[in-house]
Amino acid sequence: MKELFDLFFTFMKIGAVSFGGGYAMLPILTREFAEKRDWVTDTELNDYFAIGQVTPGIIAVNVATFIGNKRKGFIGGIMGTIGLVTVPVIIITLIAALLTNFADIEIVKHAFSGIRVAVCVLILSAILKLWKKSVPDIPTLIICLILFGLSAFGGLIPVVGKFISPVWMVIVAAVAGIIIQSIRTARRTKGGNKQ
Amino acid sequence: MIYLSLFFEFFKVGLFSVGGGLATIPFLYDLAARHPEWYTAQDVADMVAISESTPGPIGVNMATYAGFQTAGVFGGMVATLGLISPAIIIIFIVAKVLNAFKDNKLVQNAFYGLRPASIGLILAALYGVVKIALINIESTTIGGFFNYKAIILAVCLFIIQKVFKKLHPIALIGIAAVVGIIFRF
Repeated sequence: MKELFDLFFTFMKIGAVSFGGGYAMLPILTREFAEKRDWVTDTELNDYFAIGQVTPGIIAVNVATFIGNKRKGFIGGIMGTIGLVTVPVIIITLIAALLTNFADIEIVKHAFSGIRVAVCVLILSAILKLWKKSVPDIPTLIICLILFGLSAFGGLIPVVGKFISPVWMVIVAAVAGIIIQSIRTARRTKGGNKQ
Repeated sequence: MIYLSLFFEFFKVGLFSVGGGLATIPFLYDLAARHPEWYTAQDVADMVAISESTPGPIGVNMATYAGFQTAGVFGGMVATLGLISPAIIIIFIVAKVLNAFKDNKLVQNAFYGLRPASIGLILAALYGVVKIALINIESTTIGGFFNYKAIILAVCLFIIQKVFKKLHPIALIGIAAVVGIIFRF
């Protein structure tokens, strides 16, 4: 029970500061669940994000369900996810009810221009943390750069650009991983013992 | 029954929007066209702006907003639950399958490709925020291209984070917000 509340309130806290897309959550998730609690590893978190890219629904929700489920099963997954959306739901309800011109308020604009800078730094530090384990050699570096290029600039490619979706890119990357590793294994067994 | 239709319409949005929060936007426009009494296309555009200045994924924000407009506080909650339900159900299944096959060579090899792919997409997300926060992409002069105030803040925040390793990432967001207000970013 105590851990369920812990899950709920930690995700509530994360949901309250999840600006700039799900990726800014990553360093906070690492701090709360990998360093402070030892419930998941950095690599597992990256895996959850990768899966979140190809499964339906918002990545942040996918990751919250994954972590909650890993720690406390079905109820844990639900508690984590509900915790994540609690603060956004309250804030939007208040905005819808009271101030529809929220985004135009001067002080809000300045605060969020500042927060976006912090989001850049947080995402960069998440990348640096995951880099060594996720991009250990040349083939993985190539996969990483292709995905970055297509995702950031793919829209600029005429005609086909529109059809490049992260979903297909991630699926192709998984298949590429299987093929590269199979070739490696095949080479190693050939060199080792004759069948 | 308005709650049921709110739940299922947003369930569908959650089911079909694969990827980040931005992937929900086309489905939100589609829903605005089919249910103009819930919210309009203009509301979606406004919500994109509001979502940049509030926590939470845009899909969740739009669901809450539409549900609230249509059926009050409870409507907002029902629509949000509808939106996140498919993700929860699917992740439970994926987690089960993964757990059963985690020692499988094929699954491990797939992750060998998936991990750098995920990093590539995170890099692209970083590029997206940098474009808004640190540079003025439309500027025609080199001097105007860089947003110096923001770049200095970014360097400072990066150093602070390296020096004070114990500092919680949330504190970094707080510092940036205060600096943004004081120095009128």
